[in-house]
Amino acid sequence: MYKVMKGNEVTAYAAMLSSVDVIPAYPITPSTLFPEKISELIANGEMNATFIPTESEHSAISVAIGASASGSRVMTATASQGLAYMHEMLAIASGMRLPIVMAIGNRAISAPLNIWNDQQDSIDERNSGWIQLYAENNQEILDLTIAAFKISENEKVHLPVMICMDAFLLTHTMEAINIPDKKEVTDFIGKNTTNRIILDTEKPATLGSFASPEYYTEFRHQVTVAMEAANSVIFDIFSDFKKRFNRNYDVVEPYRLDDAELIFVSMGAVSGTIKDAVDVLREQGKKAGLLRLVAFRPFPSQQIKKYLSMDVKIAVIDRNVTPGYDGSVLYAELRSILYDSDFKPEIIDFIAGLGGRDMTIDDFIKIYTLAMEMNADSNHIVWEQLKPLGEDVS
Amino acid sequence: MNDNEYFVSGHKACAGCSVPILVRWVLKIAGPDTFVVNATGCLEVFSTPYPYTSWKVPWIHTAFENSAATATGIDASIKRKGLLNAHIIVFAGDGATSDIGLQALSGMAERGNDVLYIMYDNEAYMNTGIQRSSATPYGAWTTTSEIGTENLIGKKEKKKPITDIMVAHNIPYAATVNIAFFNDFKDKIKKALGIKGTRFINALAGCPTGWKHDPSKTVEVMKLATRTGIFPLYEVVNGQMRITYRQDPRIPVGDYIKVQGRFKHLQNNHAVIDEIQKNVDSWWSKY
Repeated sequence: MYKVMKGNEVTAYAAMLSSVDVIPAYPITPSTLFPEKISELIANGEMNATFIPTESEHSAISVAIGASASGSRVMTATASQGLAYMHEMLAIASGMRLPIVMAIGNRAISAPLNIWNDQQDSIDERNSGWIQLYAENNQEILDLTIAAFKISENEKVHLPVMICMDAFLLTHTMEAINIPDKKEVTDFIGKNTTNRIILDTEKPATLGSFASPEYYTEFRHQVTVAMEAANSVIFDIFSDFKKRFNRNYDVVEPYRLDDAELIFVSMGAVSGTIKDAVDVLREQGKKAGLLRLVAFRPFPSQQIKKYLSMDVKIAVIDRNVTPGYDGSVLYAELRSILYDSDFKPEIIDFIAGLGGRDMTIDDFIKIYTLAMEMNADSNHIVWEQLKPLGEDVS
Repeated sequence: MNDNEYFVSGHKACAGCSVPILVRWVLKIAGPDTFVVNATGCLEVFSTPYPYTSWKVPWIHTAFENSAATATGIDASIKRKGLLNAHIIVFAGDGATSDIGLQALSGMAERGNDVLYIMYDNEAYMNTGIQRSSATPYGAWTTTSEIGTENLIGKKEKKKPITDIMVAHNIPYAATVNIAFFNDFKDKIKKALGIKGTRFINALAGCPTGWKHDPSKTVEVMKLATRTGIFPLYEVVNGQMRITYRQDPRIPVGDYIKVQGRFKHLQNNHAVIDEIQKNVDSWWSKY
């Protein structure tokens, strides 16, 4: 069945199809339509779940933790300041190995206050122990969310998952979505078997105890081991997904990489625009390509090395800033893993599209031209579209 | 009352700590069909040093300020499983309740989740080393209400009336308890466990480490807290307030103040002691 839906509505439908038990949530732009849609689906009898409108994002994730720790399948959604407010609880969710799924409407971080799209919010949480998957379109939001429950509940993983979708570009954009039958989804994810230690009066357990220096390191290490295991679990689950639903995913998506001289690297909805720019450039005989990261945590190091350790130029599209470091996060991480590869590509960081500044096909064609003109002596950190100080921005 | 123990010895509480007594007896009254949520604080730290635990009921700690929200999640979860009669009990200190956790607690009370929230009130941040909280009484020394030439009083602000704040949420049951008045304590816990919705109990929690008295005197000091009228025992059922213990005549507050090192600087400060007495008398004049 096809339905035309906004990204946030897709998220709510994914929760319904995935038989989520408990949904705590607090409204925040651009994710507000998620709790609204959940409230509506429950009110009209389409969805059987317990919806808990909380008094803050901190409490929303805390309710999620309490519900997940007692065996329920749980989902919530937030963005930006809400995600930052949850920060403390994110590492607690992963440290307690709880399979919570959360939709993130990627939005800029204050100050100044800005409700529009970049990826600073979720990238800031890269050390939280949550798996992070970035959708390019609304169909992916649905598919990745459904897959996320199966990934997070896998006993080799038992980690929470963020499904990241760009503010407005996805959360508020209507697209036609192929919606599977609920039974197909139930068969795919499987029952919420709680093959983990939960709060249970029949088998009392102590969850969230305090650990001295003698034990703490091993707990943190186990989260890292689980994150590494998630790499192959995600691959297997995507393969299963393809068999059942005939849509193909991987932790990275290569686009027209054959004999490419410049490869864009990006995450999220902007990748669609970059694909169009690549097509235009190819028509002009210019050898451009794109490597899109679907998974940012676990970082798909092996796949990136496979595609990028060659004599090419790489233009990283970084939709975040890390002040005080030379270049932004995606650039830094990409450079780091390519350090020991046989071929070291020349990597240029384009800090772009912050706080909702539009990125068009023309912008990426300009980036291609600029990158191809650069040599080893050029400044490899470029603030794309940066206006000179004092210019009227009205 | 259950013969079994659900909070067992071997934990690392200070000698003379009143909190294990409180927890042990609450659980003996509640029985095994109970989920416990514990805020960060003394109790959490001394009872669960990995890989040990003192808890024989399902227990969870997540953070400092969110026990009410964590309990909400358990409430939603177990209701979906059809566990309609299990108890959910929060144990949280005065800092975790009156200060950093007030928002989450207020949110839960507004939602009316089936949770018995017990604040153990040792009247300061004892776990981090005796810093003042909003529950620290007027005139008490703490490490952040230090006595010096410019401060002869200690904490200059009055204790936050957390029980009144919870009553103002129109919850079905709120009460103060003191384990030194055991029958009153037992009756209130039983009653609270038999009511649905959010229930709040303010439990005085003597702390020789922070109150600075001999560890063998905890129960005696706690008795004085109530017999002086400083910590009155009452309950509020559906908004109806009832005093459950009346000392007549009340013992002068000076008798409570002089046995605790945290009030040492006030021993000869009759003006401040008179002021504390006046505040206590003024409260009781209404009841």
